[in-house]
Amino acid sequence: MSMISIKNVSKWYGEFQVLTDCTTDVSKGEVVVVCGPSGSGKSTLIKTVNALEPFQKGEIFVDGVSVGDAKTDLPKLRARIGMVFQNFELFPHLSITENLTIAQQRVLGRSQDEAMQKGMHYLDRVGLKAQANKFPGQLSGGQQQRVAIARALAMDPIAMLFDEPTSALDPEMVNEVLDVMVELAHEGMTMMCVTHEMGFARKVANRVIFMDRGHIVEDCAKEEFFGNPEARSERAKQFLSKILQH
Amino acid sequence: MDFTQIVPSLPNLWEGMLLTLKLLLLAVGGGVALGTILALLRLSSSPLLSGLAKAYVNYFRSIPLLLVITWFYLAVPMLLNWITGEFVAIGAFTSCLVAFMMFEAAYYCEIVRAGIQSISSGQLNAAYALGMSYGQAMRLIILPQAFRKMMPLLLQQSIILFQDTSLVYAVGLMDFLNMARSKGDIIGLPHEFLIFAGAVYFVISFGASTLVKRLQKRLAV
Repeated sequence: MSMISIKNVSKWYGEFQVLTDCTTDVSKGEVVVVCGPSGSGKSTLIKTVNALEPFQKGEIFVDGVSVGDAKTDLPKLRARIGMVFQNFELFPHLSITENLTIAQQRVLGRSQDEAMQKGMHYLDRVGLKAQANKFPGQLSGGQQQRVAIARALAMDPIAMLFDEPTSALDPEMVNEVLDVMVELAHEGMTMMCVTHEMGFARKVANRVIFMDRGHIVEDCAKEEFFGNPEARSERAKQFLSKILQH
Repeated sequence: MDFTQIVPSLPNLWEGMLLTLKLLLLAVGGGVALGTILALLRLSSSPLLSGLAKAYVNYFRSIPLLLVITWFYLAVPMLLNWITGEFVAIGAFTSCLVAFMMFEAAYYCEIVRAGIQSISSGQLNAAYALGMSYGQAMRLIILPQAFRKMMPLLLQQSIILFQDTSLVYAVGLMDFLNMARSKGDIIGLPHEFLIFAGAVYFVISFGASTLVKRLQKRLAV
């Protein structure tokens, strides 16, 4: 069953077309990695899934709910989709505990006890229980991103979106975040990840999507994408040769 | 010069100061609240709402405060009389308070607007992604951060308002300055009383301003 279904989506910023006729599917429990050069529209595409970016043409369904339909209750839909951002976006004026519980209480209506319990459970899972009373500014980038993942998971999402979760991190912190994501993938979470971490893609992705200038150029199984480089498009070959060189 | 004659008048002057402070606190509270609403309208995606808020701000920033005070004192009761058909006495204090709130809201609006815009759009996206509505995102995430950032500017603006409250003399309200002036006249020592009043305004405004600068440095770290 497809959890996220993107059908012929196009988007313009004024005259400039950022997405052209994008179509793909993410099944329940599937991990899909989206890669491509900067400006290819991959971040924009992933943000259309939870309507942070509106689109002008096409349709997107998440668990059967139409994202583009004006009648859709967007806050309700978004509360069911977890999202992790490039710049973490923890709320700096709130403690780690409050970051984890605020949406559970205000959006899902959970009691403080329940929200606390859930939040601490996920904070423990990302290995940061000791930091519960600190503020985001007191944590390293890698720790902040792990808290951001815990914050999203505490909402019990049906799918997780990752928008370049490791690109703002110092190299030595990339792995602590990827480890959490790998674990999540192994547990069967439905994931759509914009990332350049090809090691991560090789390890846990089911499919790889390659985008260029707003088009989905490649959309194939991981084995095919990495195992059969000759069959790839020129643009994808070029891109892969550049990022896999070292 | 005989400043000792001020001492017996201190209770009256204190009374005047209380009126000044009461007016100031209420006007700042109401002005910031109205200014925040205006700022949110100004930033809304609706051209009509943002245009109306912009017109309001531009209007009140282009006319003298003294005009607003007298206008509210003289014209509003007349207007109410005309609408309701009854004579409603508003009183000098209320009309001054409303005038200050509405006038200052235009300035607070611009401060709050800049404060909201200084918070990165990623914060709003993160709030939305967690399922928050626009209202929740503003109330719980954006405004608390924005207010922290703009606190020094809001306080500076309020210090200016503290001095501007003296304009209520135009409608006969007995604030600190008006009280000092009238006491000085009665006792026959207008210079002493005015010099004393000036010193008090200076100490309070300069002291508060120094504190705000210190706060600003602490927040900047």
